[in-house]
Amino acid sequence: MKHIAIIGNGISGVTAARHIRKLSDHKITLISAETEHFFSRTALMYVYMGHMKQEHVKPYEDHFWAKNRIDLKMGFVSKIDVSNKKLIFESGEEMPFDDLIIACGSKPNKFGWKGQDLEGVQGLYSWQDLELMEKNTQSIDRAVIVGGGLIGVEMAEMLLSRSIKVTFLVRESRFWGGVLPKEEGELVSRHIKSHHVDLRFETELQEIIPDENGRVKAIKTKAGEEISCQFVGLTAGVSPNVDFLKGGAVDLNRGVLVNEFLETNIPNIYSIGDCAEFHQHPTGRRNLEQVWYTGKMMGETVAQTICGTKTAYRPGVWFNSAKFFDIEYQTYGWVWAEPKKNEATLYWEHADGKKCLKLVYDKNNHSFLAANVFGIRLRHKVLDYWIANQTKISQVIGQLEDANFDPEFYENSFPAIKQQFQSQIPQTV
Amino acid sequence: MTKIDKDIALVSGPPKDINTTQKIATLIGMSGLLILVLAAFNVNFPNKGVWLTIALSAIAGGIILYSKGAYGSKQEGIKNDGVWFKSISSRGFWGWIAGIAMTGFYIVLYFFPALLGLHPDGENTGVIALFDPLSKALSGNAASQWFVYGTLYTVAILAFGIKFMWKYRHNKYERLRTFSVMFFQTGFAFIIPELMARLNSDSFSLPYYDLKNVWPLNYYNFEQYRVDQMISAGNVGLGLLIFGVLSILVITPILTYKYGKRWYCSWVCGCGGLAETAGDPFRQLSDKSTWAWKMERWMVHSVVVFVVIMTTAVVSTYLGYDDQKYWLTKGTFLLGVVALLTILIGLLFIFRRDELKKDAKIGAIGYFAIILAMIGIHYSTGNNIFMFEAETLRSTYGFLIGSVFSGVIGTGFYPILGNRAWCRFGCPMAAIMGMQQRFFSKFRITTNGGQCISCGNCSTYCEMGIDVKAYAQKGQNIVRSSCVGCGVCSAVCPRGVLKLENGEDAGDSRYDSDPITFGNDGIKVNF
Repeated sequence: MKHIAIIGNGISGVTAARHIRKLSDHKITLISAETEHFFSRTALMYVYMGHMKQEHVKPYEDHFWAKNRIDLKMGFVSKIDVSNKKLIFESGEEMPFDDLIIACGSKPNKFGWKGQDLEGVQGLYSWQDLELMEKNTQSIDRAVIVGGGLIGVEMAEMLLSRSIKVTFLVRESRFWGGVLPKEEGELVSRHIKSHHVDLRFETELQEIIPDENGRVKAIKTKAGEEISCQFVGLTAGVSPNVDFLKGGAVDLNRGVLVNEFLETNIPNIYSIGDCAEFHQHPTGRRNLEQVWYTGKMMGETVAQTICGTKTAYRPGVWFNSAKFFDIEYQTYGWVWAEPKKNEATLYWEHADGKKCLKLVYDKNNHSFLAANVFGIRLRHKVLDYWIANQTKISQVIGQLEDANFDPEFYENSFPAIKQQFQSQIPQTV
Repeated sequence: MTKIDKDIALVSGPPKDINTTQKIATLIGMSGLLILVLAAFNVNFPNKGVWLTIALSAIAGGIILYSKGAYGSKQEGIKNDGVWFKSISSRGFWGWIAGIAMTGFYIVLYFFPALLGLHPDGENTGVIALFDPLSKALSGNAASQWFVYGTLYTVAILAFGIKFMWKYRHNKYERLRTFSVMFFQTGFAFIIPELMARLNSDSFSLPYYDLKNVWPLNYYNFEQYRVDQMISAGNVGLGLLIFGVLSILVITPILTYKYGKRWYCSWVCGCGGLAETAGDPFRQLSDKSTWAWKMERWMVHSVVVFVVIMTTAVVSTYLGYDDQKYWLTKGTFLLGVVALLTILIGLLFIFRRDELKKDAKIGAIGYFAIILAMIGIHYSTGNNIFMFEAETLRSTYGFLIGSVFSGVIGTGFYPILGNRAWCRFGCPMAAIMGMQQRFFSKFRITTNGGQCISCGNCSTYCEMGIDVKAYAQKGQNIVRSSCVGCGVCSAVCPRGVLKLENGEDAGDSRYDSDPITFGNDGIKVNF
């Protein structure tokens, strides 16, 4: 029986712990400086908006951990003593380990803006960030959010639930422009604006201006405009939370460098989730994958290796999801913001401008590659099968309704979608 | 510098206050309630019909205006902002006040109707007298406390039903379902029975019969006075009696097989109707712990055993009194009950034994043995029914389950225990359909591959206390006996993970969906 220490009790570390327990009798310790029990990070916004309380966002009941013999340790690891295989905590405590999994997640990006550390300026990632946001947004009426991505739009929804007016600065010419193609980006942008968010495109932050007490009172854009506000949300992405490893024996780039087995350069030390960076991604995707789902998959994978079945990380067809105010979004396969040379796209949008479906296929062999969908729910299993098996686009269109996952009695848009798409694909397909 | 636009919100804060429209609406609704309270304290209103109309219109109008204030100016979508900040919906001060007030009302209604003005031997007074004009217009008779209750119940389902449909206006499943409970409450529970009472004369009399109210929810349906009335009321009465038997033995099993128990619990049932409309603001208060789930299984199935024994005892008693009067003899009836239960338990253990957890096996066999023993005692001794007097069983059940559990606790405690405490812990009808839903039904809630983010919205807003996310995050389908198919877990899911479905088959495809699509090609995860 060996002792496996896991730094971080987010989805990656917890998934690894659960699977190691399923596969073995090893002693497992989950270490966190954030909260005693695992909570769903993606649900932070719902706690702020009053949909749920902390107890509701814990995926497992509190007795789960003792029952599954997963020890919980509250504390902040300040150093890894690689040669003696032990962790050294900020408090001075030490903890020996046989295997170590680094799953310490990310922190919000700060790009060295003037005033980025003022009171009232923050990102949103951790439970502490949520508590800080609660404190920072008491009795204020105006906020600015910097960075048009998923956390930014969540933060806008959170602030609006408390009647705080929001100005949203986006560097690109449409919302989430680095990821969403034009039509989808415009659909989301329209919806965000319809919730009375002051959405500014091609606008970047120059500096954050303090009042006499060192609290934010305004921001200035690169174009020189000053916008007064009492809160600034920094949501321009996240980066690996690896400062405590700097100068140590574990190799770092932006994150903890790992191979396809999620092994670091030091034997018996692994890294998974947001903080892990591949030398070369096993399936050619980006070397940093900072989403819930991949964290979970890496946890499943590393558990196999640690328990004796050496297993490479081989994620299948990419998928992701989000919700922008009232519009749900799912994506399957990789839809590029600008189609690749070999790609052709089909786009349908509902007359209400709140639902759309984009299909991407290969121009040459006509196989189905990817889909973006807004306001309609699609069945993961079916999309995964079509993409993995390079199903022909004509067949996908013909069977599109098999993928419908909307609740019963919902308006069925599929006949209209099929009709439009069938007229748009080449007759020879 | 951008000018700050201060006209929308001067003070920010957690969304727990109500806006001006909602305040006016509350005032209107409360004024309607005040008329009823004044009447209850024997303020003698002239023109009772007019005042009753004013009171009920104010209550309904207040609720509808409140809904407009809450949802009218917002875009369609999920409306749960501030649920856990508001004291009424988070077991705060106003939650307790509402709970105490409603519990008090139920205690008076069930046990002290004289306080409401019921005088069986004379003219009604108080709030019941206020309802006399409406009752006379419908059935021709003076009102009773049950007529007052039925009217308020119907008004609540209609007005809060409109509120619920407004809240979920983007969701057609929710709209249709709510329209359905509004329809069945108004037509089947309220108007038709009252009109049926009009047909009664000295030579022809039918018992009060809410046609959608199926035994064992309607535990008194086969009591002697009702059966006698139905038998002596010619073909219509006999038809009703046969319909009552078919409802539980044929209609319910067929519909539950095809659609799950939701066809009843969240589309037809009156208890469910109130829970889904007036009770909706309290759905998040149900206990999700595994401990509560265990309590639920033992309690609700104990009630089933209780109602089966009680009804068997009551029916066999009167069958025994007069062998000439009834076609069925006591012996045949008891044998029939034993045969039916044996077949059901047998089917369960033959076809679904792999799905039975240890405590389910112990419970099923234990309770089955108890029922057989009781019937056996009767056979061996021949006279005294079951160890207990049938009448004692009947009155105990009526008091404990019919009044205290379903009314006082089930509805009075909405703001404390959530809106489905009765349905979950006490309703024998729900339990019987639940067993079938768990083992012989096409209904399931499908999980969408690996899309779950364990956020907890589904579990939080499950009124039946099912920890939905425990299944969703594992990619498992949800096949649970208690699920009433309200569809709210699917509605509040931010990632489109849950779908209520009637699948192709009633067995394997529900329990283990083939290798779960989790997106991980490296390993196959099957838990």
